[in-house]
Amino acid sequence: MRHLVALYRAQFRTTIAEQLQYRGALAIWMLGLILEPVIYLSVWSTVARSQGGDVDGFTAASFAAYFIVVMLVDHATFTWVMWEFEFWVREGNLSPLLLRPVHPIHRQIAVNLTFKLLTLVIVVPVAAVLVLVFRPNFSGIEPWGVATFVVALVLAIALRYAIEWTLALLAFWTTRVTAINKLYIVAFLFLSGQAVPIALLPGPARTLAEWLPFYRVLGFPVELLLGRLTPRDAAVGIAAQVVWIAVIWLAMERVWSRGVRQYSAVGA
Amino acid sequence: MTPLRLLGVHLRLGILNELQYRTNLVAQLASSLVGLLTALFGLGIVFSKTDSLAGWRPDELLAIVGVYFLVGGLAQTVVQPSLSRFMEEIRLGTLDFTLTKPVDAQFLASIKKIEVWKLIDVLIGVGLIAVALVRLGEAVGVREAAMFGLLLAAGMAIVYSFLVILATFAFWFVKLDNIFNIFQSMYEAGRWPISIYPGWLRASLTFVVPIGFAVTVPASGLVGRLAPSNVALAVVLAVAMPLAARGFWRFGIRHYAGASA
Repeated sequence: MRHLVALYRAQFRTTIAEQLQYRGALAIWMLGLILEPVIYLSVWSTVARSQGGDVDGFTAASFAAYFIVVMLVDHATFTWVMWEFEFWVREGNLSPLLLRPVHPIHRQIAVNLTFKLLTLVIVVPVAAVLVLVFRPNFSGIEPWGVATFVVALVLAIALRYAIEWTLALLAFWTTRVTAINKLYIVAFLFLSGQAVPIALLPGPARTLAEWLPFYRVLGFPVELLLGRLTPRDAAVGIAAQVVWIAVIWLAMERVWSRGVRQYSAVGA
Repeated sequence: MTPLRLLGVHLRLGILNELQYRTNLVAQLASSLVGLLTALFGLGIVFSKTDSLAGWRPDELLAIVGVYFLVGGLAQTVVQPSLSRFMEEIRLGTLDFTLTKPVDAQFLASIKKIEVWKLIDVLIGVGLIAVALVRLGEAVGVREAAMFGLLLAAGMAIVYSFLVILATFAFWFVKLDNIFNIFQSMYEAGRWPISIYPGWLRASLTFVVPIGFAVTVPASGLVGRLAPSNVALAVVLAVAMPLAARGFWRFGIRHYAGASA
């Protein structure tokens, strides 16, 4: 354990130094960060106004609250491991990582957490500006919601990591994973609550969203914080998160051990 | 005749080049399809809750999505890859070979690299516009079609000039390879009518990055909901921006000292 702490600290330092070199890439990333919630927020606020101020219980101000918190939770949970892993396998960068005495996932997690901490400097002011511009309605926030939100957010980070790391491992079998990744991104966009609160999806799509893990990563913690869920929904949601993490984690371990064998066969 | 023949040659080279990498076709097909699905799902969900978005009815918004794919596809087939190559050539010094050719350098730099498979997006765009037209039926007459053609041409001239101006900055700032990603990122916002956005964003999508003129305005022409002032502004910009881009380009060329300097 002490060994791992030292590893994470070393990785934090190198990642900060690395990221500061790519300021242009950071600026572009920031633009996407702002634009995405603003686009969906504008679309749905317009819909709310055209329906006399309210769509299924969402007003323009509650859409603003929803999409600003979506931006924050998305930032906390997102990973780029699917793109990076494909590159590692294709270019052979994975080989030296496999020789290290720790699982490569630790390096990934450390880099991811550092990037998140570093970019908080950007994300927090962006959120503050969006709050000033769009005047969200945060009146539903309650102490119990905030407390369970913290738990749900930590679980959401773990769940998204497990999902996307498992998806990334497909690169062991095919070197062209871009198409799969893009399909995943669309599914995530509509079924997680990123483009629209799942309460507004048509019936069957909504049921699908509730049964699949994507909503548990994004929409569920967001609605929990904003006070849109009952204590019962919260309990069910957190249980679903735990079950999904367990299931996907088990799958991931099996896929990883098979994939590594496959990889060494190609490299030899 | 020569510029057209030159374009033809580059198109053929682009196709031959891409035929080496046929899996790219599959990748691009998947990517275009995903883009189409995203757009259509988005429209479907929005219109399950309302009849019109900022005054736009479903078939009219379909026309916007069509123009979005058409203009974006054209830019990404020819203009963006070529200008990216041009910026790289400034960095490497190989631009000298382009400048010494007996053709206009701006023209050559704008058609140099062709990403053939991106034409799929152009086809999707044309298809969507056709579907929208059929569904709109009699509402679209000759006048609307002519207006659409005019505004589409104007929009493309404006976007092209904008991209040339961006690329020309590479004469001074050598590492600018991310600049088109910024454009791409903002272009996403063009899938919806820009009147839904708050004032500051609408203004930047009109005058800073002219996506409104590229997508919303031509589509407005098609569905006949166009303010005369917008037509005038589009035409003025379609004349002024290419001239400005040309002037800036020549200014940049004068600044360029070549590889050995």
